[in-house]
Amino acid sequence: MTAPIELRDASVVLGDRTVWSHGTFELPEGSLTAVIGPNGSGKTTLLKMLLGLLPPSSGSVQVFDAPPERGNTRIGYVPQHYTDHVGNAVRCRDLVRLGVSGTRWGLRTRASERADADAALAAVGAADYADRRLSQLSGGQQQRVAIAQALVGRPDLLLLDEPLANLDLRNQREVVDLLGQLSAHGVTVMVVVHDLNPLLPHLDGAVYLLDGHAHYGPVAEVVDAELLTHLYGTQVKVVRTAQGDLFTRGA
Amino acid sequence: MGGLLASAGWQSNWASVLGESFMRNAFAAGALVAVAAGLLGYFVVVRQGEFAAHALGHIGFPGATGAVLLGISPLIGLGAFCVVGAVVIGLLGSRANERATATGTVLALATGLGILFASLATRTTSTVTNVLFGNLLAVTTAQILVFAGFTVLLALVLAVVGRPLMLASVAPEVAEAKGVPVRALGIVFLVLMGLLVTMAVQAVGTLLLFALVVTPPATALRLTARPSRVALTSILIGLVAVGAGLTLSAMFNLPPSSFIVGVSFLVWAITLAATRSRFPSVEVAHDHDHHHC
Ligand SMILES: Nc1ncnc2c1ncn2[C@@H]1O[C@H](COP(=O)(O)OP(=O)(O)OP(=O)(O)O)[C@@H](O)[C@H]1O
Ligand SMILES: [Mg+2]
Repeated sequence: MTAPIELRDASVVLGDRTVWSHGTFELPEGSLTAVIGPNGSGKTTLLKMLLGLLPPSSGSVQVFDAPPERGNTRIGYVPQHYTDHVGNAVRCRDLVRLGVSGTRWGLRTRASERADADAALAAVGAADYADRRLSQLSGGQQQRVAIAQALVGRPDLLLLDEPLANLDLRNQREVVDLLGQLSAHGVTVMVVVHDLNPLLPHLDGAVYLLDGHAHYGPVAEVVDAELLTHLYGTQVKVVRTAQGDLFTRGA
Repeated sequence: MGGLLASAGWQSNWASVLGESFMRNAFAAGALVAVAAGLLGYFVVVRQGEFAAHALGHIGFPGATGAVLLGISPLIGLGAFCVVGAVVIGLLGSRANERATATGTVLALATGLGILFASLATRTTSTVTNVLFGNLLAVTTAQILVFAGFTVLLALVLAVVGRPLMLASVAPEVAEAKGVPVRALGIVFLVLMGLLVTMAVQAVGTLLLFALVVTPPATALRLTARPSRVALTSILIGLVAVGAGLTLSAMFNLPPSSFIVGVSFLVWAITLAATRSRFPSVEVAHDHDHHHC
């Protein structure tokens, strides 16, 4: 079994600008990987490439042993700013269900999809507001529903673009624990974040976009004061507590 | 009171007027518009396509006056311009704000052309009035057949594309990643809207079609968020507006458009007041981007 995601010297060009290059890494099945890098460094671009929405301009990219292609049902995706479009017209239950039924033409409905949607909502702890409209929920609740929509098709690979933005510490923790559980069950998770701390308990490694290059490092290597300082262009400290917990903080 | 009613044109024979064939045609045409508007309405509101609806009405205007100039039926010109206009709007802009600019620009050009055609043709005054304010009482049996055809087509297309269109409307990036043809569906949606607007212009006119195309589904959406119920409720509101509007028009011997719009407004206002507690801010759906279509 080869890795779900494999990049060989991949680069991506948008307009006439190379966003990043030298992307060489593979992510093992069931791993939880952070994607970090400053604004505009190409994190969203990386996810779009894996989804088949943008071709690599050079090198090779393989997702489940094939070049990325739109419509891969093994991938679940939570876009950045996902909930901006939804407005007040959709119930959470319907929205989640569209995660599996939304690609099917015609009127045919499948009863199993209703159960799947309920199960996905329950899995993210959103069963209580299944019948409410998305606009009537808090940011953290909306984020859970968005994840439920990505989960409903039982993906093997989950790509999340800044799912922790706007969440308080407790909600961050709960979402991260959910991602940790999923990766423990064999789902490969890739998550764009600006702060590694909430992820550290479950993290296997990180893709970091630095100086126009896409690097990969296992967690021990990435949680490094010098690297993070360079990455964000501002002083970052790595602290290990007496309990052995690792965290980073701006100095 | 009786004197006031008389001066307002009170018709004591209104009940028999309602039975006349032109009234039956008007009911049939109005009902078809209400049904088509209700079917498409959920998507109009979810996609925030209100502005596009409004614009397509204006884009149809030169179509109708131009057709008169060429000596063909205004309905054909209206339909052609609405559908072509829909495709152009769909192709021009993919981002919401680009689309607003694109729509607005096409709209201004269309209105300019409409006025030009109207002044070139000699006998367009009644066409202009009909396009601007509708003339449900003049609908012919042939037009009703066209309306029925449009409504059936709209229902069939929605039956096929409904779910992917819904996903593309609420989660365009997810839809795109899943391989749903988001852009093509956007154009399909606008073309359907073009058909609907062509019908609605006949009924209540360019200037008032909002009340029949957008207000009923927007009202329904405050009562329920389930797509099928939004459609049913919206159809019901449209039917009430058309029915009550035509009846009032027969009672007072006045054009029906204003009454239809008035009833639609009333239902909306009452619903808004009655559901205030359920929606803390009045127009949640329209907070961020009014021109997303
Ligand atoms: N259509 C485009 N043409 C040219 N450049 C683009 C285009 N779209 C995005 N870019 C550029 O590509 C770069 C990467 O964008 P991307 O959205 O991937 O960044 P990001 O790392 O996700 O940033 P953020 O943290 O702000 O979400 C940015 O510098 C952006 O300016
Ligand atoms: Mg981004």
